[in-house]
Amino acid sequence: MATPKHLQDRGKERFLEAGFRLLCAFAVLLPLSLLALLIGDLLLDALGRIDLDFLQSYPSRRASRAGILPALVGSVYLIGLTTAIALPVGVAAAVYLEEYGHRSRLAALIEINIANLAGVPSVIYGLLGLGLFVRTLDMDRSLLAGACTLSLLVMPIVIMASREALRTVPMALREACYALGSTRLQAIGQVVLPMALPGILTGAILAISRAIGETAPLIVVGALTYVTFLPDGPNSPFTALPIQIFNWVSRPQKAFLENAAAGIVVLLLVMLLLNTVAVVLRARLQKRA
Amino acid sequence: MDGPLPMTDAGTGATRKRLRARASSLGERAVELLLLCCAAISIVTTVGIIFVLAVETIGFFREVRFAQFFLDSQWTPLFIDKHFGIWPLVAGTAMTSAIAIGVALPFGLLAAIYLSEFASSRRRQLLKPALEVLAGVPTIVYGYFALVLVTPLLQALIPDLSGFNSLSAGIVMGVMIIPMISSLSEDALYSVPGSLREGAYALGAGKLPTIAGVVLPSAVSGIAASVILAISRAIGETMIVAIAAGQQPRLTLDPRVPVETMTAYIVQISMGDTPHGTIEYKTIFVVGATLFLATFAMNAFSYQLRKRYEKGY
Repeated sequence: MATPKHLQDRGKERFLEAGFRLLCAFAVLLPLSLLALLIGDLLLDALGRIDLDFLQSYPSRRASRAGILPALVGSVYLIGLTTAIALPVGVAAAVYLEEYGHRSRLAALIEINIANLAGVPSVIYGLLGLGLFVRTLDMDRSLLAGACTLSLLVMPIVIMASREALRTVPMALREACYALGSTRLQAIGQVVLPMALPGILTGAILAISRAIGETAPLIVVGALTYVTFLPDGPNSPFTALPIQIFNWVSRPQKAFLENAAAGIVVLLLVMLLLNTVAVVLRARLQKRA
Repeated sequence: MDGPLPMTDAGTGATRKRLRARASSLGERAVELLLLCCAAISIVTTVGIIFVLAVETIGFFREVRFAQFFLDSQWTPLFIDKHFGIWPLVAGTAMTSAIAIGVALPFGLLAAIYLSEFASSRRRQLLKPALEVLAGVPTIVYGYFALVLVTPLLQALIPDLSGFNSLSAGIVMGVMIIPMISSLSEDALYSVPGSLREGAYALGAGKLPTIAGVVLPSAVSGIAASVILAISRAIGETMIVAIAAGQQPRLTLDPRVPVETMTAYIVQISMGDTPHGTIEYKTIFVVGATLFLATFAMNAFSYQLRKRYEKGY
């Protein structure tokens, strides 16, 4: 006996649906496996170059001798300064927008503005840094100019994450503070901010891992590509990990490409480390709260 | 006057007034002002960007006529025979961005449909952040992938592919922006109310017709917002194209040859030692201004679209 027509149609539909579902799953898995493959290949290229010497040496015209010490130190300085600038200012801005400015027109303007800034290409921030910090404020092509530029770049991330964190603190806690006679500032400083800390820190680390991989704005601000000294203060000229990698990638010799691969592995390891710290920190603080 | 407060005013208004009275100490006011200044830095940043770009752009157009900028088909500010036609750089940017969107749109949209309509909630919670890792990898790393791994691979398929080309840069950039499309589109799809789907099922529609006829059309403004944001991101992307697409501004639609994007030009000039005040120095700000206008328009458009779907159903 033949299958009735409507059941046949149902069967065909099922078949199509399963096919489409597979196609969609494929669209998720293919990019992920591609990335895994590329990183695997990268590791193979880097394997021969990564050792303690690589981490401790200065760049050299001979690829096999070159190392990333100045770039690594430069990146650490840069990230330290950027965090020191962007974190307090960003959190303060978030506190204003969430706790004080609530419905004011100014707050609304600032909010749209931040959303817009998050979409400005990073190379434009480089031009801002060049025009504002390097020229107008006369910081020259220094670590400080680079850090200020990166701070403006990651500020929207810090602000948005901090606002999110502040919003999770229940209103009742603030009201309890007011009932006990505390001022708004006391409530924020002693209750709201500590409660929001895990979220704020996660945002900060997200911002840092964005800043550490940024290349274009630093090139525009004027990071050097061949540095054989360590920075000795915020006014020192500098290089950074991604800049050094860019320099090596731009050279035609294969040996330098291996250096670039090794540099990338170091960069990715630093980022992985930062993100792990973020996850652990968050878990700890949340348990305490 | 300290009479009994009317009940309706017992909430925010009165609380706020009392808090204000309590906070009358100079210190509290000073802190509030300080916080406001920090928040205002974002506005200063925007004004700063516009100001810096405008000043140098005006300086540029004092020396170069508008017609030279908009009507010439060559961009050679570094040569002795200088031409300032912006179109080759715009074409390079358009090429790489179009290829990137060509990759990211199908993958991003299908991935969004999978996450929102097919995946179990556990799988969704695992796969969505996994996809977002793609956008977290620094662009310099993607640049390396494009130049060192993808271009040679493509050369095996397309023998006359140049070592620098817009194809490889575009494809790799496409992979990078997949999560921009997938995440935001998924948000839009996921926020389509279940009752709409159930209505379609009740009318006898299967899963596929429901997705195609009900869910996707309902989410279309959110999806469009994500795509526009992705285009804006592709236009502004710098390191991948600077490394893998080349540094030869040319007006072409051939994806196999080296081109130069607006962003790559800014990097190229910045790598050299261009003295302040020269015409070469000013060109990077003019190109930057063009780039800023393009991305700003798209971001604003995308923001409007998103507002529309966030308004709800």
